[in-house]
Amino acid sequence: MHSFLTRANAILAYTLSVCACLTFLCFLSTAFSHYDTDVRLRTFKTVVKNVPDYSASREKNDLGFLTFDIKTDILLIKYFNKIFIFNWNVKQLFVYLVAEYQTKMNSLNQIILWDKIIIREDNAILELKNMNTKYYFWDDGNGLRGNNNITLHLSWNVVPNAGLLPSISAKNVHSFAFPSEYTTSRL
Amino acid sequence: MWRSSFDDVKRMNKRQFLYQVLSFGMIVSSALMIWKGLMVVTGSESPIVVVLSGSMEPAFHRGDLLFLTNHAAEPVRVGEIVVFKVEGRDIPIVHRVMKLHEKNENNNTVKFLTKGDNNSVDDRGLYAPGQLWLTEKDVVGRARGFLPYVGMVTIYMNEYPKFKCAILACLGMYVLVHRE
Repeated sequence: MHSFLTRANAILAYTLSVCACLTFLCFLSTAFSHYDTDVRLRTFKTVVKNVPDYSASREKNDLGFLTFDIKTDILLIKYFNKIFIFNWNVKQLFVYLVAEYQTKMNSLNQIILWDKIIIREDNAILELKNMNTKYYFWDDGNGLRGNNNITLHLSWNVVPNAGLLPSISAKNVHSFAFPSEYTTSRL
Repeated sequence: MWRSSFDDVKRMNKRQFLYQVLSFGMIVSSALMIWKGLMVVTGSESPIVVVLSGSMEPAFHRGDLLFLTNHAAEPVRVGEIVVFKVEGRDIPIVHRVMKLHEKNENNNTVKFLTKGDNNSVDDRGLYAPGQLWLTEKDVVGRARGFLPYVGMVTIYMNEYPKFKCAILACLGMYVLVHRE
């Protein structure tokens, strides 16, 4: 009855069930944590151009330029009223800066202007000065010129070792306006 | 060991053999029920997918498992990880939404552009020729949960068909021969 195969089978089954159980407990231990922080955003040098978008329709679309500052105290994770930068079930944070605005053409536009992957070993305090956007700020049409309510907010997507993938937005947003004239000169 | 199990089969009478076949059928049908039930609950045509490429590293590696939902009430937003299918490619792609434009409410159309975290350019090169944006009908689901490594089994099974046959044969034999 107790052949090599049955013993190997028993050990394998037991190992797998223990692993599954521990993984589930790990997920459960962080499933109810709140992730939140204060973010300060500022923008400078906002410029809008009207140039053909060769990556898309080749029509002339609005292209915005801006530089920005980000300051977060720390990317805090609140967990049972205690504060950690990373708890044990956080593998990576994907931090991204979203511009959100309305145009005549679209009731909602969202564009990621900048992102950063922060893995466990990295410093999770962001203090960035005078940054250029990482991605082009192309509008879908001509809705950027004179647009006076473009909001920026910082969000981050928590990638766990095992578990849920929550996306959290910082509560404070920053609004800015684009100038009402196109810039034609080279930047 | 093998001989003894074959002897077991020989010693079975018709009823016992039928019972074993039926219990095998129960396992298959309950697996199917769970899968279909998950489809109903999550609203996604494929609620669990295996990550096949490294384009989302270091978040997702090859062989990680993702749990998806696709409820119509929750619109797609920027920063979400979507799983989408492109015409002419049979493998679904797992990437992040980077740009999104939503038209007015009455003809509620959303178009969006994706990019893999580990890729330096957006996905327009991966879409069907002439396709510039994804829409909701391309989406299989949005990633909600993550489990590492488990999908390696299915990757091995797909890469080595012999391995798959061996596993299926073993499981089938075990269920048919095994007696409580």
